[in-house]
Amino acid sequence: MMQSNNAQDAAMPSGRGSGQPPLVEMRDISISFGGIKAVDHVSVDLYPGEVVGLLGHNGAGKSTLIKVLSGAYQMDHGEIRINGTPVEITNPRDARANNIETIYQTLALADNLDATSNLFLGRELITPFGLVNDAAMEAECRKIMAQLNPNFQKFNDPVSALSGGQRQSVAIARAVYFNARILIMDEPTAALGPHETQMVADLIQQLKAQGIGIFLIDHDVHAVMELCDRASVMKNGQLVGTVDIADVTDDDLLSMIILGKTPDQVKEKDT
Amino acid sequence: MTDTSSQPIPQKVKRGLFQQLELDMRLLGMIGAFLILCIGFNIVTDGRFLTARNLFNLSIQTVSVAIMACGMVFIIVTRHIDLSVGALLATTSAVMAMTQTELLPHMLGLGLDNPATWAITLVVGLAVGTLIGAFHGWMVGYLTIPAFIVTLGGFLVWRNVAWYLTSGQTIGPLDSNFLMFGGTNGTLGTTASWMIGLFATAIAIWALWSARRAKAAHGFPVKPAWAEATLACVIACAILGYVYILNSYAIPTRKLQRMFEAKGETMPEGLVVGYGLPISVLILIIVAVTLTIVARKTRFGRYIFATGGNPDAAELSGINTRLLTVKIFALMGFLCALSAVVASARLANHSNDIGTLDELRVIAAAVIGGTALSGGIGTIYGAILGALIMQALQSGMAMVGVDAPFQNIVVGSVLVLAVYIDIVYRKRLGAK
Repeated sequence: MMQSNNAQDAAMPSGRGSGQPPLVEMRDISISFGGIKAVDHVSVDLYPGEVVGLLGHNGAGKSTLIKVLSGAYQMDHGEIRINGTPVEITNPRDARANNIETIYQTLALADNLDATSNLFLGRELITPFGLVNDAAMEAECRKIMAQLNPNFQKFNDPVSALSGGQRQSVAIARAVYFNARILIMDEPTAALGPHETQMVADLIQQLKAQGIGIFLIDHDVHAVMELCDRASVMKNGQLVGTVDIADVTDDDLLSMIILGKTPDQVKEKDT
Repeated sequence: MTDTSSQPIPQKVKRGLFQQLELDMRLLGMIGAFLILCIGFNIVTDGRFLTARNLFNLSIQTVSVAIMACGMVFIIVTRHIDLSVGALLATTSAVMAMTQTELLPHMLGLGLDNPATWAITLVVGLAVGTLIGAFHGWMVGYLTIPAFIVTLGGFLVWRNVAWYLTSGQTIGPLDSNFLMFGGTNGTLGTTASWMIGLFATAIAIWALWSARRAKAAHGFPVKPAWAEATLACVIACAILGYVYILNSYAIPTRKLQRMFEAKGETMPEGLVVGYGLPISVLILIIVAVTLTIVARKTRFGRYIFATGGNPDAAELSGINTRLLTVKIFALMGFLCALSAVVASARLANHSNDIGTLDELRVIAAAVIGGTALSGGIGTIYGAILGALIMQALQSGMAMVGVDAPFQNIVVGSVLVLAVYIDIVYRKRLGAK
């Protein structure tokens, strides 16, 4: 599938086609829940500085596929390679060790803790006495929030007291603070207003320029057209196809999502 | 965005004395309830409640439940429950009673009052408690059996393991050195108590000061200096006042006479010696301070609260929540064993019904102290205050002469009422 024709595609943007292995290769991934094949032999890949959209209906398997990469689910079959090296990802700690960071649709914040504690959850700064260094963490948190969302001020309130956009800022800060190389964004703009959506779009451009690879899961075809370099479409747990955004229209993507077929003109190029 | 404040860090306009002091209103409410209770009982009993003697007794009666309530906070914060703490206390108490009266004298040939006996007993008891707790935690965390079921089973199992170990008999008298953990038989005396009180005051003021310095170093907003000073004064008065009360409870002359006779000396005429701080209360204070630091200043504590707030988020943040569960239950087991030391030493023997209904008192203390059963919220000092309020209620009613059934009816009603007040309070604050 994808990996077979990468080398031949000289016209691909951003890091692809240069002969180096992809940042992430997910090969032939399958995962079932009680007889239902949520993900059925799907392969996708991602290059440095690239945004790959994952599209599909609810229940198409895109979130499940990506949770295999972030360590939340374990695959039944398949292989994950990072920079060409096969890796074992059996829990979120493994994913973090491989510089894979995830912004979940549900944000995955501990509502009772403040922004700083959430930002550093699982990776707290420690004083020489082995205690958590709250002051240093808050200082770091203020620094990164000043870049991401200068209006953010509620550093000492539990995140349950924050607005949707503020919570999103915390979730994004957590993903980008720790030098992510691979970023997974599961509908990052779902709960946001127009201003904050633009903020996320700007951030994605910024991260791309730093050579970070991004998987962007979204319902919204327009957002994918705007932000992504390529798009992989899934339906009923299977991969419909992967296309270059430059080669397709909104309607092409929509028909892939709804009909589960790759449009003819794209298919010809792809094969 | 609702934030309109300007850069870099806004100094919020603060109104009112309490806001400036940045005190926990919940804590103040509980202290207020406790004081009203004390003063009320004092009036009804014609001044017999607020005496040094009664406050001393109240302290040593609270310790056993309060120690376990500290551990229960962590259990409930992570959305679990432990119904087996009373039974676990009985089993560890039985193990320790048998160790010091049967095993050590007969197998190792140590006499009942050998100086090594109490230490070995303590280590054995604490190890057994920790292991049983860890076993519970393993079943909850790794086998994913609900904690309610694991500890409901444990409640029956350990209560009857204790029965089996002792054949249902009361085991006593216990090792005389071991009894120092019970309360009246082990106090530090007035001088050492004052020293500990001054030391604790110094530590508390240093902690306040260093927290302020750390905030200031990063340019974060700090409280006004007078607010900090007022807080320091209140803390110092509370600590030293408590020590003063415990010191002014004099050891009865007859008992003092016996103590001198035991040492082969004669007691000087008219000598008055205060009890001072009981070792059991000192143990509770050490447990409370340690666990408060654990809760607020260690990764372990941070993960406990994160797991309680959102277990999925904790797991996805790379926290090993299963191992965390084992650790929390192991800690609970350890604290049950520690409570067993205090409880059996206070009674000077191990009786078959030791710790009966303690699980309910411990859960009630934690809940009255503000621990939310929905998880993620709870404080150690709250649980201890909760235990103190319940004990004050119980012994106050006993002093007034309320019949035993009515005592329990009142305590049960207060539990429900306290939780209802808490719900109303949280709703008004707009928090979940």
